[in-house]
Amino acid sequence: MTVPAGTAVTLESGGRSGDVAVALRGAAVTLGGQTVFSNVDLEVRRGEFVAVLGPNGAGKSTLMRTILGLVPLSAGSVRVLGHEPSETRSEIGYLPQRRSFDSETRIRGVDLVRLGLEGGRWGLPLAVTAGARARRRIERERVEEVISLAGAAAYATRPIGELSGGEQQRLLIAQALVRRPAVLILDEPLDSLDLPNQAIVAALVQRVCAVQGVAVLLVAHDVNPLLGYLDRVIYLAGGKALAGPVQEVITGPKLSELYGARIEVLRTSDGRLVVVGSPEAPHHHGHRH
Amino acid sequence: MSVGPTFSLDLVSDVRELLAFPFMVNALQAASIVAVLAAVVGWYMVLRRQSFAGHTLSVMAFPGATGAALAGLPTAVGYYLACGLAALAIGRTGHSGRRRFATESAAIGTVQATGLALGFLFLSLNRSVLGGMETFLFGTFLGVSHDQVLTLLVVAVLALGAVAAIGRPLLFASVDPEVALARGVPVALLDVSFLLILGLAVAATSQITGVLLVFTLLVAPPAAAQLITAQPVAGLLLSVAFALAVAWLGLGVAYFSIYPVGFWITMFAFGLYVSVRIGRWALARRRRP
Repeated sequence: MTVPAGTAVTLESGGRSGDVAVALRGAAVTLGGQTVFSNVDLEVRRGEFVAVLGPNGAGKSTLMRTILGLVPLSAGSVRVLGHEPSETRSEIGYLPQRRSFDSETRIRGVDLVRLGLEGGRWGLPLAVTAGARARRRIERERVEEVISLAGAAAYATRPIGELSGGEQQRLLIAQALVRRPAVLILDEPLDSLDLPNQAIVAALVQRVCAVQGVAVLLVAHDVNPLLGYLDRVIYLAGGKALAGPVQEVITGPKLSELYGARIEVLRTSDGRLVVVGSPEAPHHHGHRH
Repeated sequence: MSVGPTFSLDLVSDVRELLAFPFMVNALQAASIVAVLAAVVGWYMVLRRQSFAGHTLSVMAFPGATGAALAGLPTAVGYYLACGLAALAIGRTGHSGRRRFATESAAIGTVQATGLALGFLFLSLNRSVLGGMETFLFGTFLGVSHDQVLTLLVVAVLALGAVAAIGRPLLFASVDPEVALARGVPVALLDVSFLLILGLAVAATSQITGVLLVFTLLVAPPAAAQLITAQPVAGLLLSVAFALAVAWLGLGVAYFSIYPVGFWITMFAFGLYVSVRIGRWALARRRRP
C-alpha cells in the first residue's frame, strides 16, 4: 500500500456515467401506522453526488433503507439500476448511520474492508486451484487499492477500535466501495467528525463519485461541509421531499412551503447557509462545534 | 490410594510415566479435542461479546443432567436437549441491529435463572444425583473411556465443520451486522445457528470437563488471543495454541498433585489471561510515557 492518498489509481468506472442508478416514483413509506413520507420522486444518475437533508425524524435514513430494500414501500416504486432493490444488493455500497467501533473491537480495518468483499461467502477461504489463487490475489490488490483511495493505508492494519472517528470513517467508506458498487449510500458519514475531517471525507466522496462513476446519496445534518462538492440536494421535511440544486432548494420560500412554516435562509460572508425558524429545535444548518 | 505419582526434574521421564496409563492417554485426547473446539467457538463468542450466553449454556447442563436422571434418560441426552433448548430460547429473542446483544442479556439472565431453578427442582425430586455434583462441576476428566473420546471427536468435527461453513458470514454478522444485513447476509439465522453450535460444543464438552471447565476454555484462551492480535486467522490459531497448552499443562500437573484437573486448568487459563492483560498494559505504558 504505497499509493498516496488522492492519487487517481487505475479504477475503471463500472458503467457509463449519466445512466439512471436510483429512481423513486411516488414513493411512500408507512411505519407503525404513521406515514414517514409520501409522493417522493427522485432520480440519481451515475457519477452524481446528492445530499439528503432534513430535520431529525424526517425519514432520511428510512429513505436510504428503502433504496436498500430493507424497508418496504407502501406506495410507488423504487428501482436500482432498473431492478427491485433486493435484486441489486451487490451493486450498492452502504455505510449505515452508527456510532463508531469501541476500543474493545478486536478486528483490523483491513479485515473489515475485506469482509465487504467476501463477507457473504460461505465455506473456508481456501484457494486450491490456480484460478482461485489468482482471484484471491486480485481481491487482495483490490482491498489495498480501495484503502489507498480512501487514504487509510497508514493505519489499516491497526485494530479498528483504536482508531479515531475520522480514520474509522475512511475505512468504512473503503469497505462500502470495495465491490465497485454502482450506488453508494452514506448515512451521516460526517456526523462524528471534526471540521477538517468533514472536509476530507466530503472531498473523498466527490472524488470517488467522479472517478468511479458512482451515484452517491449522502445523508447529512448540515449541508455546509458539502457545499463545494455537491451536485444536488434532496430535502425531506413534513413528509414531503424537494430535490434540485442547492441554490434552488435551500431558499426561504421553498423551505417555508415544505415545512408549512416561515423559514429564512441566511448566507454568511464565506458562503455558508444558515436555516432559521425551522420548527424542530435541534435542526440547524449552522456551524457545529 | 497407595503411593501417588512423584514428580522428578527429568521432564521426559515424567511425560513417559504419564503416557504409560491408558486413562491418561484418553484424558489427553479428550482434553485436546475439547481445547480445539472451545478455542475456535470461543473465539467467535468473545468477539460477539456473548460470554454471558456461553456461560448460561454451560449452566444449562445442570437442569439437563438432573432432568435426564429424573426421567431415566441417558445423561448425554439431557445435556444436548437442555443446551439446545436454551440456545433456541436465547436466539428466539432475536434482536437485530446494534443494540441486540445488550437487549439479549436480560433474556439470557431469565433463561439462566429458570434453568437453575429447574435443575434444583429435579435435584430435590431425585436425591440420587447429588453425589455427582462435584463431577458435574469439575468433570470426570480422568475417567474418560475410549468410546467417549470417539463421541467427542465426532461432535467436535461436526461443530467445527459448521463453523468453517459459516465462518466468514458469521464474522461479518458479528462485527458489522447492519452492513452484513444490507448485503443480504442472513444475520438473524446466523445468530441462532451460532448459539446452537455453541450449545452443541458446550453440551459435548461439559460432560467430560464439567461445567466450570468448559467455560474456562471457552473464554480465557480466545480472550487472551484477541488481546494479542486483531487478525482473525492469527487470533484463531493463537487461541487454539493457548487452549491446548493450558489443557495439557493442567492435566500434567494434576497428575502429580492432589488437586483436581479442573482446578489446575482454570488456574493456568486465569494466569494466561492476567499475564497477557498486564503485558498489554505495560506495552501501552511504554509507548506513551
